[in-house]
Amino acid sequence: MSGTSSHSLKNGVFVAPLEVAFPYKRTVGTLLSRFFTSLQKCHLEGTRGSDGRVYFPPAEFDPLTGAQLDEWVTLPDTGTVTTWAWQAIPEDGQPLAHPFAWALITLDGADVPILHAVDALRSDRIATGTRVKVRWAQERIGGITDIACFDLLGGA
Amino acid sequence: MGLRDIAIVGTAQRPSEINSTFTSVELLLPIIQEVLTKVGIERQDIGFWCHGSCDYMSGQPFSFVAAVDAIGAWPPIIESHVEADGAFALYEAWVKLQTGEADVALVFSNGKTTSGPINRILNLQTDPYMVAPLWPGFDVLSALQARACLEAGVVTQRQMAEVAWRSQRDGKNNPFTLSGTEMSVDELLSQPLTVDPLRAHDCAIPVDGANAIILAAGDAARRLAKRPAWIRGIDHRIDTQRMGARSMIESSSATIAAQKAGVGKDRIDVAELHAPYTHQELLLRQAMGLSESTHINPSGGALVANPAMAAGLARFAEAAESVFSGSADRVLAHCTSGPLLQQNLVCVMEGE
Repeated sequence: MSGTSSHSLKNGVFVAPLEVAFPYKRTVGTLLSRFFTSLQKCHLEGTRGSDGRVYFPPAEFDPLTGAQLDEWVTLPDTGTVTTWAWQAIPEDGQPLAHPFAWALITLDGADVPILHAVDALRSDRIATGTRVKVRWAQERIGGITDIACFDLLGGA
Repeated sequence: MGLRDIAIVGTAQRPSEINSTFTSVELLLPIIQEVLTKVGIERQDIGFWCHGSCDYMSGQPFSFVAAVDAIGAWPPIIESHVEADGAFALYEAWVKLQTGEADVALVFSNGKTTSGPINRILNLQTDPYMVAPLWPGFDVLSALQARACLEAGVVTQRQMAEVAWRSQRDGKNNPFTLSGTEMSVDELLSQPLTVDPLRAHDCAIPVDGANAIILAAGDAARRLAKRPAWIRGIDHRIDTQRMGARSMIESSSATIAAQKAGVGKDRIDVAELHAPYTHQELLLRQAMGLSESTHINPSGGALVANPAMAAGLARFAEAAESVFSGSADRVLAHCTSGPLLQQNLVCVMEGE
């Protein structure tokens, strides 16, 4: 950035580019490695916590006791919206480039919801209780974005 | 070994700005000088310095080190930094004074919130594998929480607008905030939804700011202030990072922190709550068991001036000033951190 012409003056304010990034490479550990490898193969699985609740995505450690979790539960690709918000103007890096809903979605058979996007097109097409289904990304990398978003079930 | 009596003896805040062209050192230097002058001591009298700020906001690792220029490193000083709100730096300073290694500490924080996309920057506080790659931002996450609260009947849109209206009204009397709108509750409720179900007035106004507080123990505190704000209880609790695994309609970490800080032992005259969203103030009041007789955020709160990483310490400054002036005897200062009230720090202070 320094010494280049990337700086500019805007309305009397000195402006320089700021790229927000997390440019590190890390291993995700044994549990999340299995989760992301499965996700790449379009296979959904969560873990069961000490209180019997099923977490999707899986919790590595029990949020209540801190114990390491290792009981896996295979889950279907359908679920229910438990709360939602509307993104009227999508921002860079978000799952969809047109207006969409963010939602907490509890997969059938799971108890703890996942945050993701729902391609609802209009805010009056989604509500708490709306049924949704995973849309897989065409190119999967072993990350949470392998789920491209969720679609309304039955194309409601 | 019992705890030492520790009090806030002086505060200084910088008026809020938008698009400040000052560096962090330039933001801090005047208020460091101001708080020292107010308390009537020199730099050399400070036994411990503690700073709160966020490197992600300036986009440079270790950028906080530059701020040491605002306090001076010669003769050698003992200092520390938290990558968090200055309220957490105050907690560290309180612990340091408890060890007996220092009697007077200066805590300071700064945030140039408007020089970058703060909603996206704070996204990096979320789970790096499951949430951050989706770039939701804090407004969206808070909107999910707000809808859950609205649908559960824990809060109403009107109550949220009333929080905004009261905060804007009170903020007008606060020289450190920017002047807000003058809309009535009904007018606020007729405004468009920005992040459905939130409206613009439900979200805090990001500003640039800085502040400083001096803490002192025992006799030093009595010497430095006419009416010190004695810290009677301070506690910090964290909910699980798994947003879906905690209740969207209550804040268990705020409840526990308030309990441990002794909030319920006696009446609270003034509570300065760090609630960046209107529904979060309502959740916090319920979580901490604050009654109608407690004056909430007479400063206008973070809703009308939210300098990221300094807004929590500003709550401590405001609460302590109400003890200094004698307008309150028992006060509460609170700071939150992370998405959806994940972390909560609660402090109870009293005048004698």
